Amino acid sequence: MYTQAIDVGPVDATASRSTTPQDDEFLKRIARDEKIEPQDPMPEAYRKTLIRQISQHAHSEVVGMLPEGGWITRAPSLKRKEILLAKVQDEGGHGLYLYSAAETLGVSRAELIDALHSGKAKYSSIFNYETATWADIGTIGWLVDGAAIMNQVPLCRCSYGPYARAMIRICKEESFHQRQGFDIVRTLCQGTPEQKAMAQESINRWWWPTLMMFGPHDADSPHTGQATAWGIKRITNDDLRQKFVDVTVPQAEFLGLTLPDPDLKWNAARGHYDIGRINWDEFRRVVNGDGPCNAERMHDRVKAFDDGAWVRDAAAAHAAKAAARYATSPDTRIAA
Amino acid sequence: MSAQPANPANLANPASRDWPLFEVFIRSKQGLDHKHVGSLHASDAAHAITLARDVYTRRQEGVSIWVVPSNAITASAPEQKAENFDPMASKIYRHPTFYDIPAEVGHM
Repeated sequence: MYTQAIDVGPVDATASRSTTPQDDEFLKRIARDEKIEPQDPMPEAYRKTLIRQISQHAHSEVVGMLPEGGWITRAPSLKRKEILLAKVQDEGGHGLYLYSAAETLGVSRAELIDALHSGKAKYSSIFNYETATWADIGTIGWLVDGAAIMNQVPLCRCSYGPYARAMIRICKEESFHQRQGFDIVRTLCQGTPEQKAMAQESINRWWWPTLMMFGPHDADSPHTGQATAWGIKRITNDDLRQKFVDVTVPQAEFLGLTLPDPDLKWNAARGHYDIGRINWDEFRRVVNGDGPCNAERMHDRVKAFDDGAWVRDAAAAHAAKAAARYATSPDTRIAA
Repeated sequence: MSAQPANPANLANPASRDWPLFEVFIRSKQGLDHKHVGSLHASDAAHAITLARDVYTRRQEGVSIWVVPSNAITASAPEQKAENFDPMASKIYRHPTFYDIPAEVGHM
């Protein structure tokens, strides 16, 4: 689902300056658009920066299941329940693809999960907003997943092979997420006045947080240069945000919904929509742990993990027992 | 990104040990090779097959799954890439396109 435009700076700024001949060779490979694979030489700062970015992305997928998961039993029809269940299952899968990519850089899954649960690691700010109505499930698919796709498509060409391959798989599945969301919003817009009002109210709450997902303005993103030089970031925050606004405004017009920005207007000279000022104070508040649902999300995530401990223990016990039995009768390797 | 206030109490149950890692190979349809699609942690091979089915074949991507413990794979060393593979660059006579066949001879 969702990368935030993760404005990840080099973990160690001094280490990121190319100094050794090996680092120079690395930068030449990046310039030739070659992919870097796990066993290839790479600067330590590149490796650490990728671990942080990919794991934050993975955490976002996993935490992203929580705002939607609560609506699975309340979805208005069996069809909607099945669709939402499939979508939330996809998010879990996306988390797994990304954790696996991060692990190729020499970090264990357990370390990554502990970092999330202890509050050391970050995840996308968008999941700290509440999903108060059914329309929010539509809005998340249409706008939030739509914004995520804008962020993620360029990552399919990122310089680190395992990350790029995970992103290709994710982007293929993400398109379904956006369309099912648009379908929910469209159905509400074609329904009763109350249903359409529910859709409008939802858009009013989610529009600005969605625009914040692209991260700070380019002028306030000091690390973009390094991420670009390393072939991790291909398009700047502002350019991605602009692209998202330009494609989304006509979609809202089609639905007969308004976007909550009085300054939103077409600028013929630029060939783009102009938007109003983003409330960066709110962004920083939510980023720093003070969003509407930060505590609730972490509580639910840790509880789910703790409640599942006995299942993991049982699986491990079963595996140990099966291995002991297999040692005496090694007949078959076909899984039951 | 949202920073959570660090809370050591959250780690009553640290994920201290991982299940073994398996590489997953999927045959996308009958008659084709199994192809590497990714990896996952599982308690044993049978469990890995179950998880691989849930993660990698949600949209009919496969008709058969192999899982292999990741630590059973031996890889060629990246630093030997040149000595392993570069010599073949000069052996273009191994390809049929190296040879000219007169037009009168037709398809060969």
